[in-house]
Amino acid sequence: MRSKFDSPIVLLGSRLLAPYIMLFGWYVIIHGHYSPGGGFQGGALLAASVLLIRISGGRVISRLQIQEFATTPLAIVGVVLYFGTGLVAMIMGGNFLDYAYLPIPGMEADWLRYTGMLIIEVGIGLAVMAILIMIYDNMVKGEDHA
Amino acid sequence: MLEFFIGHYAYWLVIILLCVGIYGILFKKNLIKKTIGLAVLQISVVIYWVAIASKEGATVTTLDPNIPVDQVANYLNPLTHTLMLTAIVVGVATLGVAFTLLMAIYNRYETLDEQELLDKIQ
Amino acid sequence: MKALKISILVLFAAVLIYASADLPMRGDPDNLMHAEESITGTTVKGSYFIQNAYRDARTPNMVTVVLGDYRSIDTFGEQVVIYTAGLITLLVLRVTRNRRNDEE
Repeated sequence: MRSKFDSPIVLLGSRLLAPYIMLFGWYVIIHGHYSPGGGFQGGALLAASVLLIRISGGRVISRLQIQEFATTPLAIVGVVLYFGTGLVAMIMGGNFLDYAYLPIPGMEADWLRYTGMLIIEVGIGLAVMAILIMIYDNMVKGEDHA
Repeated sequence: MLEFFIGHYAYWLVIILLCVGIYGILFKKNLIKKTIGLAVLQISVVIYWVAIASKEGATVTTLDPNIPVDQVANYLNPLTHTLMLTAIVVGVATLGVAFTLLMAIYNRYETLDEQELLDKIQ
Repeated sequence: MKALKISILVLFAAVLIYASADLPMRGDPDNLMHAEESITGTTVKGSYFIQNAYRDARTPNMVTVVLGDYRSIDTFGEQVVIYTAGLITLLVLRVTRNRRNDEE
């Protein structure tokens, strides 16, 4: 994104909107058990809030929010969170991704499945957010002079 | 006759959208436009899967305590919705890969026209 | 030549619309895919998910249960796919940029 002009109004509007979009993204992830939502949609919303700052503010300002090199570790954290949940369930004696065997004391099998789903939704959300930001960053790399 | 139309018009619209996508893939010369046609074709398949999940008089797939869950006809079919939910996100990611490959082609050959690209390769 | 191509496409659309007349009515609750038991006597998965999602996982949203519990290995595969897509953008664009810099 080569910025031909500096518009403080666009930047101010994006800065006003971005935190609320990010908060709504986390709401969609966490509240996905009770309403339409979940990891994929919430991750797309989180990525939208970051990309809004990247498009309107340029490279220097958007670096303050999420660094470019931080997206690959975030995606790995998301995938490993998902895989680790399944692996822990498998080590504890169940099948792969059978949440009823998660080692959380004081919970019945159905509430354990509830908790396991919440964990993997957060993993999916982190991975989707990081991947969408990574695709954008790699595409505009070298042409971002703003 | 009217009942037949109401039961099938969604399929016809999906087929028209599919043909628009195939038109973009086959007949456009620019690779970017071909990729856009591919995206339109993919969206037509998504709309088809969501359309066949509908039931007359059913509610959304979130449990309402007042509506009994024993009668299956009370709720929409959640399986197709789930499959398309993942398909949309994977579609976005593969579209990103497609545009990445187009950028790599443009960096190397400095054209995106199909015929010029074939001439430059040979 | 272009008219021939477009007429072939229109013919294709006409064949598909003719074939879609045999599809079941949209929104009919008596469709085979909405039944509780299939014609071979097995349980239809969509109906099974509707009936047992809340009992198995205490989650009202059935789509989340299907996505995260019943078909969780499929979702894991999808996540690996998008992760691979992100890595491909990283690798392809870096390799082409390096080659271009070397040529200059």
